[in-house]
Amino acid sequence: MQIHKYDTVIVGAGGAGMRAALEASKSSRTAVLTKLYPTRSHTGAAQGGMCAALANVEEDNWEWHTFDTVKGGDYLTDQDAAEIMCKEAIDAVLDLEKMGLPFSRTPEGRIDQRRFGGHTRDHGKAAVRRSCYAADRTGHMILQTLFQNCVKQNVEFYNEFYVLDLLLQEDSLGRKTTSGVVAYELASGDVHVFQAKAVIFATGGFGKVFKTTSNAHTLTGDGMGIAWRRGLPLEDMEFYQFHPTGLAGLGILLTEGARGEGGILRNADGERFMERYAPTIKDLAPRDIVARSMVLEVLEGRGAGPNKDYVYLDLTHLPAEQIEEKLPDITEFARTYLGVEPTTELVPVYPTAHYAMGGIPTNVEAEVLADNDTVVPGLYAAGEVACVSVHGSNRLGTNSLLDINVFGRRAGIAAAKYAQTADYVELPENPAAGVIELIERLRDSDGTERVAQIRAEMQETMDANAGVYRTEETLKQALDDIKALQKRYRNVSIQDKGKRFNTDLLEAVELGFLLDLAEVLVVGAANRKESRGGHAREDYQTRDDVNFMKHTMAYREVDGNGDYSIRLDWKPVVVTRYQPMERKY
Amino acid sequence: MTAVIDENPAAAPVQKPARDQTPVTITLRIRRYLPDLVGPNGEPPVPFWQDFEVEADPTERILTALHKVKGEQDGSLTFRRSCAHGICGSDAMRINGRNRLACKTLVKDLDISKPITVEPIKGLQVEKDLVVDMDPFFQSFKDVMPFLVTSGNEPTRERLQSPEDRERFDDTTKCILCACCTTSCPVFWTDGQYFGPAAIVNAHRFIFDSRDEAAEQRLEILNEKEGVWRCRTTFNCTDACPRGIEVTKAIQEVKRALIFRRV
Repeated sequence: MQIHKYDTVIVGAGGAGMRAALEASKSSRTAVLTKLYPTRSHTGAAQGGMCAALANVEEDNWEWHTFDTVKGGDYLTDQDAAEIMCKEAIDAVLDLEKMGLPFSRTPEGRIDQRRFGGHTRDHGKAAVRRSCYAADRTGHMILQTLFQNCVKQNVEFYNEFYVLDLLLQEDSLGRKTTSGVVAYELASGDVHVFQAKAVIFATGGFGKVFKTTSNAHTLTGDGMGIAWRRGLPLEDMEFYQFHPTGLAGLGILLTEGARGEGGILRNADGERFMERYAPTIKDLAPRDIVARSMVLEVLEGRGAGPNKDYVYLDLTHLPAEQIEEKLPDITEFARTYLGVEPTTELVPVYPTAHYAMGGIPTNVEAEVLADNDTVVPGLYAAGEVACVSVHGSNRLGTNSLLDINVFGRRAGIAAAKYAQTADYVELPENPAAGVIELIERLRDSDGTERVAQIRAEMQETMDANAGVYRTEETLKQALDDIKALQKRYRNVSIQDKGKRFNTDLLEAVELGFLLDLAEVLVVGAANRKESRGGHAREDYQTRDDVNFMKHTMAYREVDGNGDYSIRLDWKPVVVTRYQPMERKY
Repeated sequence: MTAVIDENPAAAPVQKPARDQTPVTITLRIRRYLPDLVGPNGEPPVPFWQDFEVEADPTERILTALHKVKGEQDGSLTFRRSCAHGICGSDAMRINGRNRLACKTLVKDLDISKPITVEPIKGLQVEKDLVVDMDPFFQSFKDVMPFLVTSGNEPTRERLQSPEDRERFDDTTKCILCACCTTSCPVFWTDGQYFGPAAIVNAHRFIFDSRDEAAEQRLEILNEKEGVWRCRTTFNCTDACPRGIEVTKAIQEVKRALIFRRV
């Protein structure tokens, strides 16, 4: 076991992690630990853009953007946080341009902007061109640009180091302070302890609890799972976003920018059905509304295809040059994976599990919270792993790339500042004991269960029972299934007993986190007896502000026997400017 | 509910006939190397070929077939992967003798009447099965100053760049650093010191960016012994690029810039 010592340790090297690293490494000795090479991170799969009220192509301002973000989140958004994000959006985009990001340009040479779902002019009057983009590769360009700047700034990376534990010192009153993390080095199988004054979690989401998802195989909720097992709460986990336009049957993302460029959703009859659900902005309604509408079309028999189980994205009326120039990647995805030519044929699409609105609760300085207001000194989180909450119950398209840049930056600044004045907190005795025990148990197990089988069954039940629409009955089924799978997971064994590059072991560990998070999601969803944003209940179809305009806080409570139960609590929503209204588009 | 007539009525959508999805049995012939597999008398591990039979839909990705092997037959089979749709660059491998991403290669596009060979990409040290040591590759990338260099005070707003100037380097911004190009290059195979196509592509991305001011320095780096002149224009890199970048053309443009000292 090796011990390393840094001021600041960042876990994860996607957009949030690298944006944080660029700040933190300026004034504190910083290491970035990442289970993937940085450029493999899933930020690179984001396509459509990053919204900021630059007003480069039409009138706009950050207050409209804030309003859209709050309304888009179905009034569960913390309005102080949304205001910060939308104000700082403008500099966040300009900073990226100065770092070299090759944005698409207007004829005058400014950053071009296009329409995106839920982003409107003057509080909902019409769609507005707010999304700054680089063709349909904005996430790729952000990831590359941040990595390039990390190279320029000599940021220190530990590639393929999988962080498996967070070290917290607890005083007699149960107050926690950060002392470091424990990582497993994939190449060697060695365990490393990183003592740090400040730790930033930027580990992304957990889309792999679902079968049909736009998420990478590596998005297994590690950061959330680690915090959860260390007794930290998770916020709003029942709010999971389904992106309307996944390639049917595959889940591969087709950007909302396709509709921003004029694409139209049609059912089997060729009808532009979004006109019925969102008469003003139609296909550019927020994702929760579009995804639900698509599912309803299919449930009511208007789905397309041999099994009537998808709808169409129609780009055929757009000029071929516009498609090639503005949407080259998604065009290629449709060609490669479905054999469909988007310039002349309709593209089969269906909602795909896409983004966790919930996560580790933080304040606007990216400091992690141990309850509704107690900060864990030295611990920060940013990006999809965190819940600030700027997305409320439904994130608007492009606001994730914005979130990682604004709050990644804030986390880096706050962590470095903290590290400059704080002292190291003593490491616990045997800091790596928990990780070594976890690894050895999995490697030595002679159990009969297989990782791939349990994972597949978890994903099946989550798709079937905790997807776009949920009921008490389906959620109970999901919970029963997950509990049974967790039990079977204890009997899981792996075939690869080697030390080096043991991805068999890695996948087994990841599955453990996924099962934990699936459970939290389902328990939160069953408890929220209303429909709001990304959480739609068939048995409680309306939003209930009287009883549920509050964040869910889930706690893992361990009893004397080492068994745990989930305790749910609430956290008030921060309301500043906007009183909840009926959400119409 | 009545349908609202929209201004863009579609011609009744033509439903494509369902594609033939009859599963086929394929054989994956995989080059294995298990570094922990030391012989009974301490003999070092040796690479070997191993065949796996998998049921697959014709439109399935080779990556999915590899997952089936790992999940159902042999958990020790090791490969990198992440996004599974050609964006992250993790799963470059040599499939039927050609560098490709396993997630962008479909069963139907290969001859399945014989075993499909799957090997690690060439020219980088094999760590385990299909996993190679990527550090030398990323080092070459870092050596060409792959970042925007500017001088003077930063403008308060964005730097202006015309759509034409932006277009000038568009092709090379698509690079996902998968190493398909570099590890398909015969020069790189024989001389691992050669920067390789991917590094040159990333230098090109900045040399031809109108906002950048370090083209001269990058050109000097690429003018060195292990630089751009090692390229023998075999076009393997262009053929291998899963992003469709015209890699050889980019290298030629860098050579031309060196000859004429003008970008």
